[in-house]
Amino acid sequence: MNTHYEYKPANVGRWLIWTLFALVLAGVPHIFTSGLGTTVLTQMGIAIIACLSYNILLGQGGMLSFGHAVYTGLGAFLTMHALNRIGDGLPLPVSLLPLVGGLAGIGFAVLFGYVSTRKSGTTFAMITLGLGELVFALSLMIPEFFGGEGGVSGNRVVGPVRAGISFGPPLQVYYLIAIYTFLSVAAMFAFTRTPLGRMLNAVRDNPERVEFVGYNTRMVRYIAFILAGFFAGIAGGLGALNFEIVTAEVVGTARSGAYLLFTFLGGATFFFGPIIGGILMVLAFVLLSEFTKAWLLYLGLIFIFMVMYAPGGIASLIMMNLRLAKYGRLRQIWVSYLGLGVCALVILTGAAVLIEMVYHLQLGSAVGPQLLFLGIPFNAGDMNSWFGSVFVMLTGLGLFELLRRQYLREWSDIQERIEEDTKGQDLL
Amino acid sequence: MSQTAANFSLELKDLRKSFGKTEIIRGVSLAVRPGERIGIIGPNGAGKSTLFNLISGRFAPSSGQVLLNGQRIDGQQPYEINRAGLSRSFQITHVFPKLSVFENLRCGLLWSMGYKYSFWKFLVDLKDANERTLELMSMIKLDKKRDMLAANLTYSEQRALEIGITIAGGAPVILLDEPTAGMSRSESRDFVRLIKEVTVGKTLLTVEHDMGVVFGLADKIAVVVYGEVIDFDLPENVRANPRVQEAYLGSTVADAQSGGH
Repeated sequence: MNTHYEYKPANVGRWLIWTLFALVLAGVPHIFTSGLGTTVLTQMGIAIIACLSYNILLGQGGMLSFGHAVYTGLGAFLTMHALNRIGDGLPLPVSLLPLVGGLAGIGFAVLFGYVSTRKSGTTFAMITLGLGELVFALSLMIPEFFGGEGGVSGNRVVGPVRAGISFGPPLQVYYLIAIYTFLSVAAMFAFTRTPLGRMLNAVRDNPERVEFVGYNTRMVRYIAFILAGFFAGIAGGLGALNFEIVTAEVVGTARSGAYLLFTFLGGATFFFGPIIGGILMVLAFVLLSEFTKAWLLYLGLIFIFMVMYAPGGIASLIMMNLRLAKYGRLRQIWVSYLGLGVCALVILTGAAVLIEMVYHLQLGSAVGPQLLFLGIPFNAGDMNSWFGSVFVMLTGLGLFELLRRQYLREWSDIQERIEEDTKGQDLL
Repeated sequence: MSQTAANFSLELKDLRKSFGKTEIIRGVSLAVRPGERIGIIGPNGAGKSTLFNLISGRFAPSSGQVLLNGQRIDGQQPYEINRAGLSRSFQITHVFPKLSVFENLRCGLLWSMGYKYSFWKFLVDLKDANERTLELMSMIKLDKKRDMLAANLTYSEQRALEIGITIAGGAPVILLDEPTAGMSRSESRDFVRLIKEVTVGKTLLTVEHDMGVVFGLADKIAVVVYGEVIDFDLPENVRANPRVQEAYLGSTVADAQSGGH
């Protein structure tokens, strides 16, 4: 379903998409002009590169890594050290520093990947987990390199100012990162269209068969791992320039987990899925964490929900419905979507009140049992609030389940019709 | 490479394989000339598939030699053996389920056409590989299913794709492990014709249960019983061999006994 256009030499649609992508990257800071807007957008660019690089492993190669932050993190540290050397006279423009991160990513991927890519599946996952813990432990043991608790900081405004670009103002950093984002996304997309990129998919699908068409699966995984390390390192380097400080947590398991979680949420089966994942990651880390103390709990719930009901992530939801739209069948099912959406909101409201009350009692009990949720006062000490919110949540859950069955019937009906219409040529 | 050795495409010399204390392959010697079509038959559990796994590098033999065009390949990795010119199919369909028919076939020939681990060339630009893929696709009669995911093909289409991937790299020696397993009689008949068409000029070894298929496909037949080749001859001679008849008639009894350990 995704290869039909591949044989056409010039593809107008693709040029359009890439131009649009460049325009969006160039234009968004003029829409979100606040300081927070620029901060969020800058971090999104970095997260997009990081999640896409992670998806070379997860989505394209079937390698479940629990230690991707090792490569972003070590890239960040080496970039920061290089930045500080510039102050001592290292003749390197600040704009090229992320490449130092990329080279660091390659170096460590060559080293660690040699061990981890020997095996696939569970063994691979366990080795990456172990390496992640190892590097994190080292980061606390070698303060000379990792800066101990305080991390390593630097000043990105050290190079000579050329054409008014000092990388002092956040907007200049944004555009530097936007350029890297565009080039990295383009390069990673290009990779999926190369012989190695395709053989990586083949290794994901059926590694044993690949051995019998002349390919050493370990080599395929190893090279892909190194490429993923390169882009991860670039993302790390950009992060170092952006924050001007790198602490040990950037190589930590929590960070690796975030890459996995958001790449999965965005959708590992489509190239653009991790782009959505990266955007969501920054929204969650920067905005949701401002909004509520229980943000990690919400994130966990959403993750579980997605794994259960939409294992292909947001990208696959989009693509499945685009397919319906292509055959003009979206209008048959949109009422169900509306119903499911409303029910999900009802569940969320009930659950959120419960969660907020629990957190309030645990953390904010000094200020009394009263709390505001969406402007509505609740009393966490009153049983009525508890019963009320449980009731709302259960009602939502019940209705959701009913509607979901209805929806599944409609969905399979539509699939059958599409199959009939296309005589089985366009199976999902 | 000595002159005599090169007379054979594939040669097995006293090949043995044990799993634990049980010897599954007990000294198999076989010599196949270029272009010959060999059918390998034998009762269930005789070691036919194990023999293929030893030749293709899936398992390393315990002792003995495998020579491909006079060069030893025993103990090598499957990808090394494939690069040396031997390709195999599998009894259980082994395609790339989430890739299209076209992609499946192209994956089968990228290495042999020299593209190896390249990530600096676009697949679209590989004119020779793409044209060869289209050719293969019409050879196995799946050109109408070009963009369908392999997982969505019917069973016999998947079997055809399996053959397509196997021959894609142009290896001169082809091993087919029960290519018609699970097919109906009429499907098998068509499929045998297809196999003959796409393997013209190649050295072919086929493990097969269906006697009709074997006798229709093979120039010579090797009978494997209990990890040994008890006969290797022309089909009509094999059919007339009393030892073969005995082995086949006795096979159910033997199976029941071996299952009892």
